[in-house]
Amino acid sequence: MIFPGCPPRPLHFRSIQVKKQNVLLRSFQTSLPVMAGYVVLGMGFGMVLRVKGFGLPWAFAMSLFIYAGSMQFVLANLLAGGASLLATAATTLLVNARHLFYGISMIDRYRESGKAKPYLIFALTDETYSLLSTDPRLIPTDPADRNRFYFLVSAMNHAYWILGSVLGSVLGGILPFDSTGIDFSLTALFITIVVDQWQHKSGRLPAVLGFAISIACLAVFGPDRFLIPAMLLILAAVYGIRGREMA
Amino acid sequence: MINPIHAILTVAVSAAVTILLRFLPFLVFRGHRKTPAVVSYFGKVLPYATMAMLVVFCLKDLNLLPFPHGLPELISCGVVVLLHAWRHNTLLSMILGTACYMILIQSVFV
Repeated sequence: MIFPGCPPRPLHFRSIQVKKQNVLLRSFQTSLPVMAGYVVLGMGFGMVLRVKGFGLPWAFAMSLFIYAGSMQFVLANLLAGGASLLATAATTLLVNARHLFYGISMIDRYRESGKAKPYLIFALTDETYSLLSTDPRLIPTDPADRNRFYFLVSAMNHAYWILGSVLGSVLGGILPFDSTGIDFSLTALFITIVVDQWQHKSGRLPAVLGFAISIACLAVFGPDRFLIPAMLLILAAVYGIRGREMA
Repeated sequence: MINPIHAILTVAVSAAVTILLRFLPFLVFRGHRKTPAVVSYFGKVLPYATMAMLVVFCLKDLNLLPFPHGLPELISCGVVVLLHAWRHNTLLSMILGTACYMILIQSVFV
C-alpha cells in the first residue's frame, strides 16, 4: 500500500535510527503532491490580486499570514469591493469553519510536537491536514523525527504557496500554456486520500456519512451555506456511531 | 484604489479569524493532561468524514443542469478513483486526473 508521495517501499523509514537527511527527503516526498497545485493555484491568486489592484507586497503578506487558499481568493473580491470588517470576519468564519475539524483531529497527533507546535497549528491547511492526518504509517516513529517531519511538511507547503503567489503577482498573466482547470489537482489529491482511507474498513462508515451528509446539506443549503450545517451533522453522526470497533 | 488602511485591516481581520479557527480546538483542550476520550475518538474517526466533506467542498459549485452537466468533473473524479484504486500512486492519479480534466474543459466540453 502506498501513501501520498511515498516511494513503493518506504521500509527504511521504520528502522530505529533514521538519518536526518531521510526525514528531510521523506518530508519533501510527502509534500510533493501539494507542490504543483499550490504553486499554480498560488500563481492564480497572485494574478487575480494584481488585477484587483493589489500588487506583490499584498500577495506575499496574505499568503504568509492568512495562508488559506480559497479564503484568499474570496478576500481578493472583498478587498476590491471595500467590504466592511464585520462582513470580512463573517465571510472568513463561513469559508474557514472547516478548519475546526482539522484542529480537533490533530489534538492528539500534535500533543507532543514541541516548539514548532504554534506554527504547525497555524499552517494546518486543507492540504497539510490531508497529508498529515491520514495514515500513521507515513509518520516517523521517533518523536524528534516525527516533529521535524510535521514541521518540514507544513513549512514546505507554506513555501510553495508563497512562492506561487509571488510568481503570479510578478509575472501577471504570462503563462506558457493554458492552465485552466489545473486547480483540479488538489481535488484529485483529496480523492486519492479518500481512496487510500477506504482500505481501512473501520473508516468506511464515517466516510460514507461524510459524503451523504455533505451532499444532502449542499442540496438543501446551497454552496455558500452548507458547510456549517454539514459539520454539525457530521459531528452528531460520528458521535452516534461511537462504540463500534475502530481500528 | 481603496483606502490602504482599511485594506490592511481587512487582511488582518481575515488572518485573525483564520488563526482563531485553527487554534480554537487546541486552546479548548489545552489544560487537559490527557485528551478526553471523546476528543481522541473524534481525532481517530473524523479524518475519514472530513476528507469526504472536503471533496464535496471542492465540487460544491458543480451545476448538473446546464451543459456540460458536471461531466468533466464527474468523469475526471472517476478516473482518479479508478486509477488510484488500481495503481495506488498518488502523483500518477493526480497528474492523469488533472490532465483529463484540463483536456475535457479546454477541448471536449467547450
